Amino acid sequence: MADEPQQPKQPKKIVPKKYPMPEQDPKERIRNFNEVPIGQEAQTAILEAQRCLQCKRGPNRKVCMDGCPVEIDIPVFIKQVQEGNFEEAIRIIRQKQNLPAVCGRVCPYENQCEGLCVVGKKNEPVGIGRLERFLADWERKEMKKGKVEVPPPTGKQVAVVGAGPAGLTVAGDLAKLGHKITIFEALQYCGGVLVYGIPEFRLPKEIVHAEVDYIRRMGVDIKNDFVVGKLETVDELMRDYDAVFVATGAGLPDWTNLKGENLNGIMSANEFLTRVNLMKAFKFPEYDTPIRAGERVVTIGGGNVAMDCARTSLRLGCKESVILYRRSDAELPARREEVHHAQQEGVRFELLAAPVEFIGDDCGNVKQVKAIRMQLGEPDASGRRRPVKIPGSEFLIDAQTVLIAIGQSPNPLVPMTTPDLKTTKEGTIAVDEEGRTSKKAVWAGGDIASGAATVILAMGDGKKAAKSMHRYLTQDQSWPAPEVFEKLSCEM
Amino acid sequence: MYEIVKAEKLTPDVIKLEIKAPQIAKKAKAGQFIMVTPTEHGERIPLTMADFSPEKGTITIAALEIGKTTKELGTLKAGDKVFSLVGPLGLPTHLHNFGNVVSIGGGIGLALMYPVVRAFRQSGNHTINIIGAKNEKLLIYEDEIKTVSDEFYVCTDDGSKGHHGFVSDVLKKMIAENKKIDLVYAVGPIIMMKVIANITKPHNIKTIVSLNPIMVDGTGMCGSCRVIISGETKFGCVDGPEFDGHAVDFDNLTARNRRYMPEEAVSLKKWQGAK
Repeated sequence: MADEPQQPKQPKKIVPKKYPMPEQDPKERIRNFNEVPIGQEAQTAILEAQRCLQCKRGPNRKVCMDGCPVEIDIPVFIKQVQEGNFEEAIRIIRQKQNLPAVCGRVCPYENQCEGLCVVGKKNEPVGIGRLERFLADWERKEMKKGKVEVPPPTGKQVAVVGAGPAGLTVAGDLAKLGHKITIFEALQYCGGVLVYGIPEFRLPKEIVHAEVDYIRRMGVDIKNDFVVGKLETVDELMRDYDAVFVATGAGLPDWTNLKGENLNGIMSANEFLTRVNLMKAFKFPEYDTPIRAGERVVTIGGGNVAMDCARTSLRLGCKESVILYRRSDAELPARREEVHHAQQEGVRFELLAAPVEFIGDDCGNVKQVKAIRMQLGEPDASGRRRPVKIPGSEFLIDAQTVLIAIGQSPNPLVPMTTPDLKTTKEGTIAVDEEGRTSKKAVWAGGDIASGAATVILAMGDGKKAAKSMHRYLTQDQSWPAPEVFEKLSCEM
Repeated sequence: MYEIVKAEKLTPDVIKLEIKAPQIAKKAKAGQFIMVTPTEHGERIPLTMADFSPEKGTITIAALEIGKTTKELGTLKAGDKVFSLVGPLGLPTHLHNFGNVVSIGGGIGLALMYPVVRAFRQSGNHTINIIGAKNEKLLIYEDEIKTVSDEFYVCTDDGSKGHHGFVSDVLKKMIAENKKIDLVYAVGPIIMMKVIANITKPHNIKTIVSLNPIMVDGTGMCGSCRVIISGETKFGCVDGPEFDGHAVDFDNLTARNRRYMPEEAVSLKKWQGAK
């Protein structure tokens, strides 16, 4: 197929739907932690690519790549796929994107690149996400794992704090420009939420390790088990580095603060997912970290993290997995695909209901969640209709395990140990549009600057910061006036 | 990977490991802990630091061999390596010249007590140290603690050494004799810390305890280690491990520390069966 040049003429008729992506059967997959979508064949990827019309960007014409936070040259790489040139296609992606195998799986592309696809106006958009995934998987299987070529060293050294999506992006982008990068990561593995948060069945960990390995092969030095703020502060790092990028994420779990929340069997989504994903508790006792999902698991929240918790619980063998969410189906913040997968697998959605109390037995174990029915009232500041309690509508749900997935806050360790780093009311680090902080030569990005958001937005932040850092390192060391950050820190 | 420089048994069930970790040794302060993962398949467990030497570039941990992971640590020898070591974590002991400080330790808590009482003494306090164990053979860190004591008391449950009875008896006697006590520091089994806190509370003697909740990451991202302090949820790993003993909900801590007992038994049995 690769040596048979196909003429990518505009097809007379657009194939209305994406070429299907084979998936594991729901009945089967809830018994394992293997990835749900199985991935596409090369021939299918070429056919999918041929659905692309190769639109040109224009001043008044937004195309797919305008929706990509890391600005991948989408039509250009798709053109190569159309012709079967996978090696060239992945090279084009890699120019802008350091973690294609990850983004091809977890990006909410329906709101990004695919959301702007012209084909998508009347039909299903081109499956850009699945093509990116296909190419990254193809590269991992087919290409040799040598040293990745980078330009000669610039002599500049950069410290990156945190090896999540934002930190890895900055490390990759700056290494490509010849700077010497050291990543400091608190956990024993790199990837941040990619390794501790997102489950195996959405993002196999070997894929994350392979992406991290690619970055290591660019000459990036990675120090695991290194908690910045405890082992060394940002100020101490600045003695040895020309610039610092802080990307410590939003790893602090939010709580309901309801009565009974410290009963046994109630845990944060972070604890549950960290045990299962990072520590591989789903393989206990082959791995030493234990986990338990009771017969009925109630997950509180409606985002992707809640879906991950509910679906993980099923795979740990619970009989019923229930999502308790205070708004209705239309407001569920999780990606539609995730909600759909959860529904297929049999997760029960208890919508328009919120917990009011957790009830325990005599041994201190949770046995029931007391919840109340809600209805939607007037829109709130976020534009979503505010849930209002319906008086007298309390009801009980049995639960041996309750997972709290109502959000995360910025990790406070770096701001706390870096006195001249201005923060906002929400605890995020105040940054300007380039990711610069109130402290000269220190940038921040990802969830620590934006609050809990998405993997791809964190990568977009990393991309912006890397550009700004490169300019600072090579030509212009000016820095915004302190007032800029004063304003940012009180505005929010 | 972190190399073990020296491994010794303090009692048949207590291992003491000196591990090469120059950066941690340089930064560690009394009262802090580390997370240890012995192997790639291992779990992360918190262990308090019994010592740290910036000169030698090593830290020392002691562990009671009670379950799979600690028993596995117990098999390690000098030259062996542990997979992961993270620290120093938690807040250091608040140091200040308080005056007369009574520090009380029991069991494996004595290993942590040593650097803390040493630091109390370096901060100019008059250190009164009470240590206890079931019997003489299970006393650890006795000589070390003695060297940093202005007054020193030993208790054993069976009377094989020192006072026949509990560490709390000695404290009660001091209070009954109106001895001037400015601070009590207690580290050991939860029940011991609870008893000490209950004794000092009516006398309004400030009491600090070092808690040992179940931890996973040890850096504040999960809340496995949450404890109730004056009705509020705190994280043992970042807000502690030391807290005001009069504010701690010890019963909640006891219940929470039991949450994986069945799994802990499974893991230990499997490991022992494989050996």
